[in-house]
Amino acid sequence: MSQAFTSGQASALADPDERRGGTGTLRFVLTKVAEAAASIVLVIVLGFFLFRLLPGDPVAFMARDRPTDPAQIAELRQQLGIDKPVLAQFGNYFVGLFRGDFGTSYIERRPVLDMIGERLWPTVLLVGSATVLAIALGLWLGIRAAWKRDSFFDRAQTGIALTLWSVPQFWLGLLLLVVTNGVFPSRGMHSPDAGPGFFAQGLDVLHHLVLPCVTLLAVFYAQYMLVMRSSLLGEMNADYLTTARAKGLREDMVRRHHAVPNALLPTVTLVFMQFGMVVSGAVTVEAVFSWPGLGQLTYDALHGPDLPVLQGVFVVLASAVVLMNMLAELLYRVLDPRVRTA
Amino acid sequence: MNRVVAVLTAGTLAILPLAGTAAAQQQVHQQQPAQPKVLRVALTTGIDHLNPFTASLAASTQVGRFIYEFLTIPSADKAEASPALAESWTTSPDKLTWTFKIRQNAKWTDGQPVTAKDAAFTFNRMLTDETARTANGNYVANFQTVSAPDDSTLVIKTKAVQSSMDLLDVPIVPEHVWAPIKDLNDPKTDDLSVVGVSDGPYQLTEYKQNEYLKFKANKGYWRGAPKVDELQLLIFKDVESAVNALKQGEVDVINRLTPTQFDALQGQPNIATNKAPGRRYNEINLNFGVENNENKPIGNGNPVLKDLRLRKAIAQAIDPKTIVDKVMGGYGQLPGGVIPPIYTAYHWDPTAAEATKFDIAAANTALDQAGYAKGQDGIRVAPGGARLELRLTGHANRPFDQRTAQYVSGWLHDIGISVKQELVSDEELNDRTNAGNYDLAISGYATNPDPDYALALHTCAGRPNAEGKGATTDTFFCDPQYDALYAKQLTETDPATRAGYVKQAQARLYSQAVNVVLDYDNSLEAYRSDKFSSFEKQPQPDGSILEQTGYWGVYGAVPAGSEAVAADSGGSNTVLWIVIGVVVVIVLVGGGVLIGRRGKSADDRE
Repeated sequence: MSQAFTSGQASALADPDERRGGTGTLRFVLTKVAEAAASIVLVIVLGFFLFRLLPGDPVAFMARDRPTDPAQIAELRQQLGIDKPVLAQFGNYFVGLFRGDFGTSYIERRPVLDMIGERLWPTVLLVGSATVLAIALGLWLGIRAAWKRDSFFDRAQTGIALTLWSVPQFWLGLLLLVVTNGVFPSRGMHSPDAGPGFFAQGLDVLHHLVLPCVTLLAVFYAQYMLVMRSSLLGEMNADYLTTARAKGLREDMVRRHHAVPNALLPTVTLVFMQFGMVVSGAVTVEAVFSWPGLGQLTYDALHGPDLPVLQGVFVVLASAVVLMNMLAELLYRVLDPRVRTA
Repeated sequence: MNRVVAVLTAGTLAILPLAGTAAAQQQVHQQQPAQPKVLRVALTTGIDHLNPFTASLAASTQVGRFIYEFLTIPSADKAEASPALAESWTTSPDKLTWTFKIRQNAKWTDGQPVTAKDAAFTFNRMLTDETARTANGNYVANFQTVSAPDDSTLVIKTKAVQSSMDLLDVPIVPEHVWAPIKDLNDPKTDDLSVVGVSDGPYQLTEYKQNEYLKFKANKGYWRGAPKVDELQLLIFKDVESAVNALKQGEVDVINRLTPTQFDALQGQPNIATNKAPGRRYNEINLNFGVENNENKPIGNGNPVLKDLRLRKAIAQAIDPKTIVDKVMGGYGQLPGGVIPPIYTAYHWDPTAAEATKFDIAAANTALDQAGYAKGQDGIRVAPGGARLELRLTGHANRPFDQRTAQYVSGWLHDIGISVKQELVSDEELNDRTNAGNYDLAISGYATNPDPDYALALHTCAGRPNAEGKGATTDTFFCDPQYDALYAKQLTETDPATRAGYVKQAQARLYSQAVNVVLDYDNSLEAYRSDKFSSFEKQPQPDGSILEQTGYWGVYGAVPAGSEAVAADSGGSNTVLWIVIGVVVVIVLVGGGVLIGRRGKSADDRE
């Protein structure tokens, strides 16, 4: 994680204007933004050509098990634009991107951007809520475990977290489905029987959200817990804690107001990186619960293969990660003065 | 942390009023005397379009069958052409002109009458608009003109004789809705405003993409309204979850079960299972030196397989009975030709004299006689000196392929052929087989009531072009004798004579051992017997409920009684409230404790 900051630090150090304040920060920000923009362009180019290496023929997929004559197949190729040379296809694609046109899905024949838009919200709702809960639960348990290091609580919590972390998500999901025995719906985000109106619909979505969210939460929280635990352990013997205790502060206060804020720094990057991944969804959990998110869209698109959809999803996901990474670097500079002045 | 708890508490409190509203709504709902009878079907495959001109995936065409009527449809009892929109039909003496009499009591769901002009519009649109040919273009490729001299007469003139005319698998759409639509690729053609106007047994009322489709019974349907008031297709991405949903009463019918899932569902309370003859055949293709449609050799198949004697020995060393019993768990039928026995009229079984019987010893003897001598290691060497080492490719993610590959490798080893298994992704397999880059390949196809498709997969014209693209072939077979038989059946309108040619073509394919049909899959389905007492099957009496070429299954569903349905929906809702209650209590108590502790420590602040 720490390598991510070295380039930023190096450029700040090499800048003689740094001590004068503003200019250095602006330059740092601009550099980071430029780096992010360059990464995204690279992603677009790589994405296009990488997906062209995938095996499979979308037209063969569409024609399978269905009477089709060669004329129909040739027409399909022409309609999809895959009868043109790859470079020409790339040109059209690249120019289109600047107009917000991510192309048209081979299978559904709809604008890719519309399809991604429809799937983004369910994924952000599912993975986002699971991530927020996982951060809360993970940090809380991590702090408790570190503070009571080597206690039964610590060992039990670390054990449980590591176990859940290594359990396959789809298996956990299926297990929850069987164990809850129909209390929660097993598929989708909406029920056709939900009443009309915003309230009934909202409740219906929440009802559907429970199982997939709990599944993801169970798997996600471990990393926050473990990072928080080890980071807090690193702070535990610091002198400033002794000072705080010497002032007569209760142990609770020492932990909450002195140790934890310092130990939180390493988790900031983790949290931002994870938020970048929020849109990528959780393919297996989305599949088990038929959750109509981006992960499932990607999975379905791989089977075609539906290249425009794959490219679109790839660009959106990679951009989200790049942007969140950039934000993490910028924010770290704000949060930790050592990065600015060291 | 306390803030998080506070937010959670606030969030839960905010939801409570919504919960009250929903509960009240549910209460009102339950007090209504007659619960609508709902049939919930688990859909485990994808939907690309609802627009019947472009809908290609199996589930999408099935939706088209539920909402649109066809000129004729495969009958429930035998899956043979039977009247639908067309009450009757006649052909001219030269068999080039077909006249359909359109029934006059059919109506679109918006109240307009269905006439021959709608049918003429549908076919003419396909003749003049490329996009309209996307899904079913092959049915009209040979059409010359289509006209509707009056509201009850449809006349189709074809360029050449076309035997599939009495089973055109083309949904008829309302002209008054579709004529104003210029671009059939417009996503709006998937909207309810367009596909909501129909004339089939069900009318589409709601479509939540990637989640579910909701239909209501078409009260004005000419055959009479279905007994089920509402039909729901619920999309499941995972069959295992769908099976679980059936057990828990969340869905009523499910198909495409694996033998393991089917066995596990047998004997479960309130669940009935249905094993029916399927439309699909499984096979092993032998690369006999395949060529593209310009007769240029392609791919890297082992040239030893050009020898018919070797191919026949391989066929003799493969035991379909073991595949059916061990791999399919008994849920398959023993093979003959490429048309499964569900289509009785066209299915062909070899006579005892023609049949290649499983016999390892005989296969070994045949190879000895053909000059394939066994080497030191037991592997045979071809007369030219090449060792008999073959690659066997198949789907890595399909249990059928994994297990079949094991058995086949063992049998071929017993006749002195070494097999290297190469199970790969679906896409990779598609690429390899399209390019001829295989020796032995596990494959299979779903067939249709009209035999044309299953036979066309083995014609010279079916082979791909130089780029490995173009038409759809299965075996790469190209044989003048087969093609002649194929052409004869295509232009023969007498059913019995046509069936004769269809069988002869299958016999010819079989004799060349370019593929070994392994089995015909059973279609494995299950339904809630507490909710539904019966379904109309196709074919009768032992056919399938969902895997049909028609709407009989969902149209002929008979609900077991409304009490069970009502009790269930109330039950699951009660549990929901208990769970929400528990969550609220936990959050409130937890929040209270934490807030209390925060108060206590206030003295300690710096």
